[in-house]
Amino acid sequence: MNLQHLKNAVANTTLSRRTMLQGAAGLVIAFNLPTLAKGQTAAAPADGKFAPNAFIRIAPDNTVTVLSKHIEMGQGPYTGLTTIVAEELDADWSQMRADGAPADNKLYNNLAFGPIQGTGGSSAIANSFDQLRNAGASARAMLVQAAADQWKVAPGTITVSKGVVRHAASNRQATFGELATAAAKLPVPANVTLKKPEDFTLIGKEGVVKRLDSTSKANGTAQFTIDINEPNMLTVLVAHPPRFGGKVGSVDDTEARKIPGVVDVKTLSSGVAVYANGMWPAMKGREALKITWDESAAEKRGSPELLSEYRALASKKGIVAGKEGDAEGALAKASKVIEAEYVFPYLAHAPMEPLNGFITWDGEQAVAKYGCQFQTIDQGAIAKVLGINPEQVKIEMLMAGGSFGRRAQASGELVVELAEAAKAIGPGKPVKLVRTREDDIRGGYYRPMFVHRMKGAVENGKITAWSNTVVGQSFIAGSAMAGMIKDGIDPTQVEGSRELPYVVENFQCDLHTASVGIPTLWWRSVGHTHTAYAVESFIDELLVAAGKDPVAGRLELLTKDKSKRLAGVLKAVAELAQWKGPKLANGHALGVAVVESFKTYVAQIAEVSIGEGGEPRVHKVWCAVDCGVAVNPDVIRAQMEGGIGFGVGHILYADLPIDGGRVVPGNFDGYRSLRIHEMPEVEVVIVKSTEKPTGVGEPGVPPIGPAIANAMAQLGVQRPRSLPIVPAKGTV
Amino acid sequence: MPSYKLTVNGQAHDVDALPDTPLLWVLRDNLKMTGTKFGCGVAQCGACTVYMDGSPLRSCTMPVSGIGSSEITTIEGLAGKEAAAVQKAWVARDVPQCGYCQSGQVMSAISLLQTNPKPTDNDIDLAMNGNICRCATYVRIRAAIHDAAKTLEG
Repeated sequence: MNLQHLKNAVANTTLSRRTMLQGAAGLVIAFNLPTLAKGQTAAAPADGKFAPNAFIRIAPDNTVTVLSKHIEMGQGPYTGLTTIVAEELDADWSQMRADGAPADNKLYNNLAFGPIQGTGGSSAIANSFDQLRNAGASARAMLVQAAADQWKVAPGTITVSKGVVRHAASNRQATFGELATAAAKLPVPANVTLKKPEDFTLIGKEGVVKRLDSTSKANGTAQFTIDINEPNMLTVLVAHPPRFGGKVGSVDDTEARKIPGVVDVKTLSSGVAVYANGMWPAMKGREALKITWDESAAEKRGSPELLSEYRALASKKGIVAGKEGDAEGALAKASKVIEAEYVFPYLAHAPMEPLNGFITWDGEQAVAKYGCQFQTIDQGAIAKVLGINPEQVKIEMLMAGGSFGRRAQASGELVVELAEAAKAIGPGKPVKLVRTREDDIRGGYYRPMFVHRMKGAVENGKITAWSNTVVGQSFIAGSAMAGMIKDGIDPTQVEGSRELPYVVENFQCDLHTASVGIPTLWWRSVGHTHTAYAVESFIDELLVAAGKDPVAGRLELLTKDKSKRLAGVLKAVAELAQWKGPKLANGHALGVAVVESFKTYVAQIAEVSIGEGGEPRVHKVWCAVDCGVAVNPDVIRAQMEGGIGFGVGHILYADLPIDGGRVVPGNFDGYRSLRIHEMPEVEVVIVKSTEKPTGVGEPGVPPIGPAIANAMAQLGVQRPRSLPIVPAKGTV
Repeated sequence: MPSYKLTVNGQAHDVDALPDTPLLWVLRDNLKMTGTKFGCGVAQCGACTVYMDGSPLRSCTMPVSGIGSSEITTIEGLAGKEAAAVQKAWVARDVPQCGYCQSGQVMSAISLLQTNPKPTDNDIDLAMNGNICRCATYVRIRAAIHDAAKTLEG
């Protein structure tokens, strides 16, 4: 997600200006030692733990727990953030643990978002790197001082390695746990010295850091929101209108209330809630509801109608989002204009754990537990529903079974429904709101549908003009983040297409924003999900027309200063795949694409053949990534593998047709997901870099679609213009 | 509400549930065994995989009234050399990302190795393609199954 302007969002949440200012002040302190002013003593918590700052808890049993301000939804921040602390602390990896930090935007705001606590935009490592290095170094200094005081030696004569504090001359040593109580009584140092990167023993090292959550996830003990079972808890399912914008007209709940286990039925702003003892009675109860929906304000257009409208818009010039030279003039003069239209469907995120949440409310204080991705916004949204202050809403962030953008809600729609469910049944009744797969897939907040219309000209082997008209919805418009829109341009709609990394003399990108009543949202890699496909497919088509090799031709055009790292990963991936041209002796073909997203640079080469029924088969993907300093190389590889699989699955198979305003597929039988036999082999190279670390959760996704399409073009089939590449059977 | 006698992980349980209640919700809501996950409810994703008399079963579509005297095994009750090899390989490879589907993946992988101790890539595709992983950890799932097979070889 591109959340650099998310700070604007705060203006439209329920946070007061005072909270914002406090948050801003917190940000400054957070760069150093968040919980304490300098010179203050770190108080020992009641449980005897040493808490040198907001991020580190060292217990007498010698475990070190890092409080992660970022949600663990698969991308590895629990492991990554803990690695950063452990490095500066000189801890032993086996003593490290991670846990979710509570909601507190003064202590745990995302430094990339301003005063907002939240996860997104592949920013967890990037915004935490300096902050956690300082936190770790500070805690280390206090442990060393505690040892120095006990042993009556100079701190400079003490070393720390693998969690052991040692004074070699007197042959004395102590663990962190043994020093925790004494260290807790010491002042927080005003300045700390960070390690030199060449002294790192964990950051960037292979094989020394293992994910902290692998064991619990391999034996079923990892706790997700759906696993919450609290005394007297009710399970809640909400019946939603079949069309977006529909409202509850009338409800007959007579039959629903007869289902054993159903406790109550209430109407919320989003639909009708069934409260039950357990999931099955809730499901049966919901099915037994007789609801008349008021669809007077509902969106009734479907995908075919929207596509016609978008195509009509795409034939006209929109608001110019990017321009160099005179593309219109150059195209008018060109001897031949190459045109392409790309159509992108709505896409659901479909995380394996459908959205859910738990809340308990006593009338004054609320405690919510769930896979929370936007703490500050959710806190405000819950508070508003319950009529309390955001500070009275405690949020326990649990691990989430995937998100891909879905849990990062500017509207807080999930927690609004959760809080309304709690409010409607009254204080003192804990509720667990659960959604089914159908609720999830038909529930909106999709990657918006887009149409890109491209025109290009090639003269004498050179690309002389490029124009790109983009049509689609803005999920920023009308939301709490509307402040991001400048001169009619929502930057998330055109990121990746409003400026080319390639040198093209005459360039233009313009935008039409469509108004549609289908709720949309960012989806793993946001605008790049479509712009990368359009740009990297079209550059390939123009390079072929110019008689250029796809790799060499790109490198010739990646001469801008800001394109250096892109050229770097492109060269690296070509070397890894032993690129000698797109056609292979075995009848397969290679396609390439290179994309920067979220300040991370990724190039991929896909080996593709055409199988039965004309379906493409992706055999292998080579991937080069430059994300600055590589904190956890194996997590980076995993994110590239996963990003590639996520991209392959959606580009090839995922479609979410809408028929007369109703979403057609409801489950994985209709919304096709990648399966193991469709997953290519993946080989990843991490380009060495001393630049600041950047994220890897999203950047693995954008290049794979166009890489596949570009390989298909080399196999003599039509370049795929409409996604998914493999159309679903029997849908509209 | 009718009562059923179930044997889960070698222990007898009495549960009160509607006859059509899927085994998944009996395990999760009645018995508080939450390692088995809900992903789709229509036997499409495999997150709810358990064993019935030793064979994999999608617990989300199996009504409690149809279990009878069959023995149910969940991820909480795993035992044996295949289970140990698979779970060790899963951790060594750092297979999971979000982890939500992994109980089901692990259950399917163990079952595969119990019947086919040395699976080919194609065998793995056939045995595992009912288990969706939205994080697409498939590369590592495949590698970990091969690792576990090697461990079992001794």
